[in-house]
Amino acid sequence: MTDITDLTLAELRDALKAKKVSSLEATDAYLANIEKATDLNAFVTVTADKAREMAKASDAKLQKGDGGAIEGVPLGIKDLFCTEGVQTTAGSHILEGFVPTYESTVSANLWRDGAVMLGKLNMDEFAMGSSNETSYFGPVINPWRVKGGNAKLTPGGSSGGSSASVAAHLCAAATATDTGGSIRQPASLTATVGVKPTYGRCSRWGIVAFASSLDQAGPIARDVRDSAIMLRSMAGHDPKDSTSVDRPTPDYEAALGQSVKGLRIGVPKEYRLDGMPAEIEKLWADGIKWMKDAGCEIVDISLPLTKYALPVYYIVAPAEASSNLARYDGVRYGHRAKEFTDVQSMYANSRAEGFGKEVQRRIMIGTYVLSAGYYDAYYLRAQKVRKRIFDEFSDAFGKCDLILTPSAPSAAFALGEKSNDPVQMYLNDVFTVTANLAGLPGASVPAGLDAKGLPLGLQLIAKPFDEETMFKGMFALEQAANFKARPENWWA
Amino acid sequence: MSEPRKLLKGETGDWEVVIGLEVHAQVASKSKLFSGASAEYGAGPNENVSLVDAAMPGMLPVINKFCVEQAVKTGLGLNAKINCWSRFDRKNYFYPDLPQGYQISQYKDPIVGEGEVEVEVDGEEIRVGVERLHLEQDAGKSIHDLSPKESYVDLNRSGVALMEIVSRPDMRSADEAAAYFSKLRTILRYLGTCDGNMEEGSMRADVNVSVRRPGEPLGTRTETKNINSIRYVKQAVEYEARRQIEVLERGGKIDQETRLFNVATGETRTMRSKEDAHDYRYFPDPDLLPLELDPDWVESIKAGLPELPDAKKHRFMRDYGLSLYDAAVLSQDRAKADYFETVAGGRDGKLAANWVTTELFGALNKSGKEIAESPISAAQLGKLIDLIADDTISGRIAKDVFAIMFETGGDPERIVEERGLKQVTDTGAIEAAIDAIIAANPDQVAQVKEKPKTFGWFVGQVMKSTGGKANPQAVNEILKKKLGVE
Repeated sequence: MTDITDLTLAELRDALKAKKVSSLEATDAYLANIEKATDLNAFVTVTADKAREMAKASDAKLQKGDGGAIEGVPLGIKDLFCTEGVQTTAGSHILEGFVPTYESTVSANLWRDGAVMLGKLNMDEFAMGSSNETSYFGPVINPWRVKGGNAKLTPGGSSGGSSASVAAHLCAAATATDTGGSIRQPASLTATVGVKPTYGRCSRWGIVAFASSLDQAGPIARDVRDSAIMLRSMAGHDPKDSTSVDRPTPDYEAALGQSVKGLRIGVPKEYRLDGMPAEIEKLWADGIKWMKDAGCEIVDISLPLTKYALPVYYIVAPAEASSNLARYDGVRYGHRAKEFTDVQSMYANSRAEGFGKEVQRRIMIGTYVLSAGYYDAYYLRAQKVRKRIFDEFSDAFGKCDLILTPSAPSAAFALGEKSNDPVQMYLNDVFTVTANLAGLPGASVPAGLDAKGLPLGLQLIAKPFDEETMFKGMFALEQAANFKARPENWWA
Repeated sequence: MSEPRKLLKGETGDWEVVIGLEVHAQVASKSKLFSGASAEYGAGPNENVSLVDAAMPGMLPVINKFCVEQAVKTGLGLNAKINCWSRFDRKNYFYPDLPQGYQISQYKDPIVGEGEVEVEVDGEEIRVGVERLHLEQDAGKSIHDLSPKESYVDLNRSGVALMEIVSRPDMRSADEAAAYFSKLRTILRYLGTCDGNMEEGSMRADVNVSVRRPGEPLGTRTETKNINSIRYVKQAVEYEARRQIEVLERGGKIDQETRLFNVATGETRTMRSKEDAHDYRYFPDPDLLPLELDPDWVESIKAGLPELPDAKKHRFMRDYGLSLYDAAVLSQDRAKADYFETVAGGRDGKLAANWVTTELFGALNKSGKEIAESPISAAQLGKLIDLIADDTISGRIAKDVFAIMFETGGDPERIVEERGLKQVTDTGAIEAAIDAIIAANPDQVAQVKEKPKTFGWFVGQVMKSTGGKANPQAVNEILKKKLGVE
């Protein structure tokens, strides 16, 4: 048999059920991959013992012909999900050493279905970043490199540990979260599939909050089928999250392969940016053609408010973050400064030491836009535009069933390339952030390589809670793109 | 409301005091506003703290429906508008006993809008407008005196549901403010939405006071925080009004500031000035959906409301012919009202009110007992009144019987029987007693015609010789006849 870690999640699931492999074998194989891949810096914490224990328990069930939907499948968990008894850092010094006594609903759902935890994945600090460079634990390195080059590239962010570990086969699939593009942009930069479901589809309970009205969990996986399997296990109503929606979770895998004939694919002209690489422009055109060839109807649509999406996002998200991160004060848990003279200086010193620069920047922006005298001009106005962006999408979905766009405005870039220019960095989310603002499901599917040999993704956006149509479209796109490239293994 | 009602005299003329209250009332509920942790008072430090209350990473609030129901109930009890669409906001500030770094409150869209409360002061009724009622979380408690170098935090109260009830500046004296606070407590206790237990901090008032010359626009106000008794509300207003008048009469000006009340001295002092005021950066809490109420649900709560103190007061006045004062006193507390109604059932309402408010409340007060602990049941007190009505005992004897009942408990009939306190209505026996007294006091008999006032002396003598048991009416009649007076 070939390397177990080369099996997709679906293949591994089936092999486990058929008892062709054991979960312990798969788990050990992944742990071996992880051990060899320390250069990628994808994991903050590897839970080898726990993984083997869980694998053994899964094997016992599988032996009896029992077990959940993904029994015995080894996964990586973004370090934003609280995991009981396992350090959860959110990529931040301020939470270094924090061990939750509780399990996030999404990860608990995965364990319920039999998954095995390999460890906690590196990420931008508090999910704030697009290159994984804001992590206190150092950047994650993209397994992909420029053809013939050896410069270290970003795997995207904030779910860079998730995208890199899936691309490098350090886990069968990974959880991730997406506030402005943190699942789809890293997926695009690593030739993985990233799905951000509709806001409310996955519970936010136990996920360290960045921007509550935008945060949504989803999977990063090797192909569309794997992502469908993952999402089905992750999703579901949770009474502990008031914004989680009480709807049945469909069998997304069942939607794969269904005909897309007659589906109307919207192509928004506003996503054609000045200075966008021609290769991305071309890939987008390819995507349109593929969908057309599959029997879809292509519809030109207009989303004129798109240009306001990033500015709105960079008001709403920091505003919520400034409040959400107030709890990290050094009083009850997390980092507390050693030097202070009173409670004010304890706060100031603990937070100055505990938070990195980007997090501090966003806390300051957020505090500013909520301040008396600025609230109306910034926050309130941004909320109004946000509502109109939602309305604009609703109108567009009167004319089409799915919207097709590029996932990111560039392929993977070098570490350090954009880290000194926050605005350049923020532009990474230009195609993805609209779906967060409107609460819509969006996904990135690998579609091709650029001239340098770096992967590029295409994004599909669907109507609220219509992930099934999205998966149908994703599968069609995947079939047509027939993307087979893999990064050369230089790290092991 | 615009007519100046009560004025304070200053050195340079009259001043009108304008008072508004913000009352924080703890919602009577087993669990907290956004978590399942217990809201009971008296647990050990940090025993009633859930992950949500401690603001652990990733924790989310979920609204407690019962607390919402309690707020709606209270709103209805305050004759207020219920807002079927309301929203929770975050009030952001740093403090060690505020784990989230923000308090979840309702800023722009409270659950209850405008209402009105009737308040009785000096036998008069005034109306105090309620501007709004909103739900919010309480903070924990910082304890600074356990260690010289460290502060301790107890999060038991963190997340407990509070109702903030904001009045209009409709009160014009310390008495009115105290009466409003007290009336609010009565209403909440009637509704069962707050236990009104001030020593445990279940009700606290922030008192806003300003003064002005009659007819002039509102003056600058100060806010005195966290007053937890009716008496202190009165003291704080009195002190603050006097202080402000003095400052203004000396040519000074009032700073808009937050002040603290010193229980020991009855004085207020500056806590923080307006310049130090926080910028709370309110914004809608994205973890919670807007609170939407089904109007039918609100209606069903309304239908299940108990009779409220004002309705009861008016009914007591109408049905039992009570004075405003008696009706207000008796309707102040549901237990008292129920007691009174049992006593008054089928009897003279005014007489019943007299016995309850004067004798019973007097005795309870003296012994420091609550109505629920009364040694005399309402039925027993009713029977005692019946014994007066059917001439078994006189009113005077009844007071003695009452004292015995209060002391030892027991049925009034049996006490009267056992102690031989039955009224002597046998006219023969009374006549004999009167004859004896007339015979023994010829001088008094001679005087009584010129000085009719001395008639009472004879009544007293007869009562004395009969051990108070003679029927007073019979004594009067026979005496008059025998002495030949009218």
